[in-house]
Parts: sequence; structure tokens; C-alpha cells
Amino acid sequence: MTADEAIISVRGLRNQFGSNIVHQDLDLDVYRGEILGVVGGSGTGKSVLLRSIVGLMTPKAGQVHLFGKDMLSLPATERAAYEKRVGVLFQQGALFSSLTVLENIALPLIEHAKLTRREASEIARVKIALTGLAAHAADLYPSDLSGGMIKRASLARALALDPDILFLDEPTAGLDPIGAAAFDQLLKTLRDAFNLTVFLVTHDLDTLYTACDRVAVLSQKQVLVADRLDVVANTDDEWIRDYFQGPRGRAASQAADRIDN
Amino acid sequence: MSDTLTLQPGPEPCLQLSGDWTLPHYQQLRLQRLDTPDQVQRIDAQALTALDTAGATVLLQLLGAERLRALVPHSAGLSPERQALLLAVADAMAEQKGDATTTRYRFGDGLAQLGRRMVSGWQQLLAFLNFLGLTLVTLLALLPRPWRWRITALVAQMHQAGLNAVPIVAVLNFLVGAVVAFLGATVLREFGATIYTVDLVAYAFMRELGVLLAAILLAGRTASAFTAQIGSMKVNEELDALKVHGMSAIEMLVIPRLLALLITLPLLGFVAIMAGIAGGALVSVLTLDISLTRFIAIVQEVPVKHLLLGLSKAPFFAVLIALIGCLEGFKVAGSAQSLGEHTTSAVVQSIFVVILVNAIAAMFFMEMGW
Repeated sequence: MTADEAIISVRGLRNQFGSNIVHQDLDLDVYRGEILGVVGGSGTGKSVLLRSIVGLMTPKAGQVHLFGKDMLSLPATERAAYEKRVGVLFQQGALFSSLTVLENIALPLIEHAKLTRREASEIARVKIALTGLAAHAADLYPSDLSGGMIKRASLARALALDPDILFLDEPTAGLDPIGAAAFDQLLKTLRDAFNLTVFLVTHDLDTLYTACDRVAVLSQKQVLVADRLDVVANTDDEWIRDYFQGPRGRAASQAADRIDN
Repeated sequence: MSDTLTLQPGPEPCLQLSGDWTLPHYQQLRLQRLDTPDQVQRIDAQALTALDTAGATVLLQLLGAERLRALVPHSAGLSPERQALLLAVADAMAEQKGDATTTRYRFGDGLAQLGRRMVSGWQQLLAFLNFLGLTLVTLLALLPRPWRWRITALVAQMHQAGLNAVPIVAVLNFLVGAVVAFLGATVLREFGATIYTVDLVAYAFMRELGVLLAAILLAGRTASAFTAQIGSMKVNEELDALKVHGMSAIEMLVIPRLLALLITLPLLGFVAIMAGIAGGALVSVLTLDISLTRFIAIVQEVPVKHLLLGLSKAPFFAVLIALIGCLEGFKVAGSAQSLGEHTTSAVVQSIFVVILVNAIAAMFFMEMGW
């Protein structure tokens, strides 16, 4: 698989709840090694798109290819093998509340890689370090963690099996600006180290400017545009103009320019 | 899998890596040992076919974070991506703050746990007494101010906790009454004294069972509901909103619930007693050849003080159930899990306390000769 090849490719996707059509003829490509930011107003189906791609919901029509394989027509056993190469960070972290952070991360290692508890713990400790958590956090329960720590612990669990693709659902929502900026930086570091492909649903303009290689805008039930940020920001569309040229968009853009210079 | 690791001796000892250093091979990889990690000067990864975090972890354990960080730039055959991976792992482990090891002591930890339990039990008792006092003070302050009485809330709670509980309380007591009558009939038949089955049922339900069963049902049904209602308000920060608007949560939430139970539990207790005796009557009429008029005549001969003694416990149970339910609701801390834990705790505590107080009351009445 070359760098230009689409690792995720969605064609003609259609999702609807009752008579409410969320996606219609939606096409999207995500290329290996890039961080794609997905934005859109509330109710445009960003999370629904993510859930359709990772297989948490079955679309009404269309195809979802991961690693060049059609996930919807693949038998369940083969599909599971590919799903192991995908990591998901849920919006609320979704850490198992009855397990410590270490056990949360060790669980997929024990279940899928057939490691013993001790071996899995060794690798889990490395993941904990990689996501910037302090060592003592390993023995804490999710209820004892702060919002930022939950996101990091959840990211460590998503990275447990060294996935090729990482899906993030609003990872910086609810974090303070310093924590959010640190998370953006962490994401870039990990992408470079693990050659990850990242599918990032976000509302955070700063994340778009600092972390994303490309941005896809969901609007009118489709991907309106998916391109580099400067191209997207200058697209002639009312919502995109309001989004990027509004006071928050301008502030984030200026902040990003200052960092670059 | 063989020869994944070789140390080439020489003036510049070189660590040769080969094969797949990945998660599926982690169990073999971690068995490898390096006698002299300090002497390694170079890493040769020409024959390395795959590397992931698991492989990086093994290398890290063999060489140590500092050594690995120093060696990676001077390695042969490592692609930039793999260098980045190794450096990221080494950096993270070297820079990680804090100590991971928490020492455990088998007996000490158990003892500490016991101590924590004792202290927490004591604090729970103190919290309850504190809450009881606070509620009583609020109640007394409310008495001369009828315009602040919350009649609507009171009636709504009486409806939920009292009226809606009538069917289940009646059915349950009816069934227990029938069972007690069967039991009495079986045992008393041996003595040819089946007629005393009537007294057994009447005394048991008037003095003990009627109010006790009603209170246990209410502890399960209403204490949990109180905890869930107040706890979800706490999770939703509604209690804080009340406070910043200058309103008292005790006055608005606790007092109506407390009064509702104070009024309805004696009534429910009476319903329970009647239902239990009715259950006994059914069994007596059907299996013991005691006519209904005979049954009622015997029941009427039972001194009314037994009924009053039984019902006199109801207000105490009501206060305990209402306050434990509300207090557990206030103790909920922020999460749905905590809400569930406190709801369970409210039910367990209130049932325990109801049975305990009932036992103490029975002994007290007996000693007093009532």
C-alpha cells in the first residue's frame, strides 16, 4: 500500500434514522499517514460517519473500505482481524470503570495478543508513558482521573494493539486550552512515531490549525470539501465562511500563524 | 523464530536485531537476556523485518531508556519511522514522572481496610445524626410559617410513596398472613388447638409483621426512589442551583418526603395488618373449618393495645427510611456509578435499620410487660 493510497474509502454512504436522512451519497477518502479533521455543524452526522466506518452501525447503503477491503461484505471473522488494526477514542473516554487504567490498556492485549497479565502490563506501562501519563496513574480507577487524564488513558487503550488507524471523537472537548494544545502535540508525535492515520472529529478550531493535514467539511448530507486547510477555508460556502471567518476562526488562524513563524 | 538478537563481540560490540519484533512474538522476545548491556556501542537492524511498540518495549527492557536513546541515532538499517518509534518510547519512559510501584502488605492492608471500614461506619452514623438534627431544626423553623409549607410536594410524595404502594403491600401481607396461618395450623393441629391459629395470625400481624413488612417494602421501594431522585439532582448540579438561588434543599426536598412517609407509613401499616389477617382468615375458613364470624369474633377479643403497639413503631420506621434515603441521595458524587452505589446502600441500610429497631422495640415492649 503506497502513501497515496486511500486507507479508508467511503463511497455512496447513506445513513438515515426513520425519515431523517443524515448522509446521502457521501464519499470520503483518508490517506495513509495523514491526520484528517472532520468538522460540521451540530447534527450533520460527524459521529454517525465515524460509527459507520468503524462498524458500530450499518449504513443503509454504500460501501466502506478499510485497508482496501469492503468491511460490509466481509465475513465476521475476517472483519474482526481488520478491526483489531483500528483504535477508537470515544468522546467520554469509555474506559471500563471497574478496571484500573493499567487493566483497561492490558485488556485488549490479553484478549487479542494472548499475552499473560504480567506481559500485557509491561507493554501497557509503555503505552501509559507514551501518552504522557504519570506512572502512578496506572493503578488509578477511571473515576479518580481528571478529564485530560481520561482522554490520555483512553488514547493509550486505543493504541494498545498498535493500530494503523486511529479514530478520535472530539478528543479535546472539555479540556482546558493548555491540555487541549498538549493533546494536539501528542497526537502529532504519535502519528510520526507510529505512522498512524488519524480520523479526527472535532469542533476545536485550534486542533484543526495545529494538528490536521486535511480537513473534511460535512454539510448538506455530504462531504462538501476535503482538502488542505487553506483551500477549505477559502471555499465559497456560507457555513464554511461563518465557521472559518468568524471571530473564533480568525483567532485560531492567527494563533496558528504565530506558532509557525 | 531464532536468532532475533545477537551480540557481536569486538572493539565496538554491536547488537544485531533480526526477524519480527512485534506483538505476536512478544512472549519469545521478552525471554532474551543481554549480559552486558552497557558495552553495546551500536545497533545493527539490517535484518529487522518488523517493529512495533511491543518490540520497542523489549529493547527498552534490555538496554534501558537512556542507553536506547543514545544508541538509536548510531544504528544501521533503522528507517526514520522506526527510529522515531524507538525514540518516542525511550523518551516517554525516561521522562515519565512518578513511581509506579505501590508496595502491598498482606496483613497490613487487611488491617488498614478494617480500620477504614470502622471509621467510615462511625462517620456514617455521625452524618446521619447530623442530618437528623438539621432536618428537625428546619422542620421546627417551618412550623410557625404555614405559608412556606409545600403542600403540593407533600401530596405528590404521599401519592407516590403511599397510595401507589397500597396494592403491593396488601398483596404481600395477604400472602404472608396465609402462610403464617398454614404454619400455625400444622403445628397446632398436633395439640388439637387449631383454633389458636386465629390468635397467632392476629397477634403476629398486629404487633410485629404488619408494620415490619410494610416498612421493609417501603425501604426497598421508597428509600431507593428518594436516593435516586435526590442523587440525580446532585449529579445534574440542581442542588447547587437551589443553593445559589437561596433555597434550602432540606426544606424543599427532605421535609415533604419525611412528612409524606410519616403520614403514609402508619396508614400502610394498618392496611398491611388488615391484609395479613384477611390472608389468615381465608386459610382458616378454607382448611380449618372456622367460620368467618367465629374468626372475626376471636380477632375482636384481641386487646387493641397490640394494634397500637405495632402501629406506634411506624413513625420511627418512617423517619429512618426517609432520612436514610435522602441522606444517601445527598452523598452521591457526580457520576452515574456513584448514584447506583448509593441507591443500593440506601436500601441495605434502611432494611437493616428497620429490622434492628423492630427487634429492639420487641424486647422493650416485652420487658415493659405490654
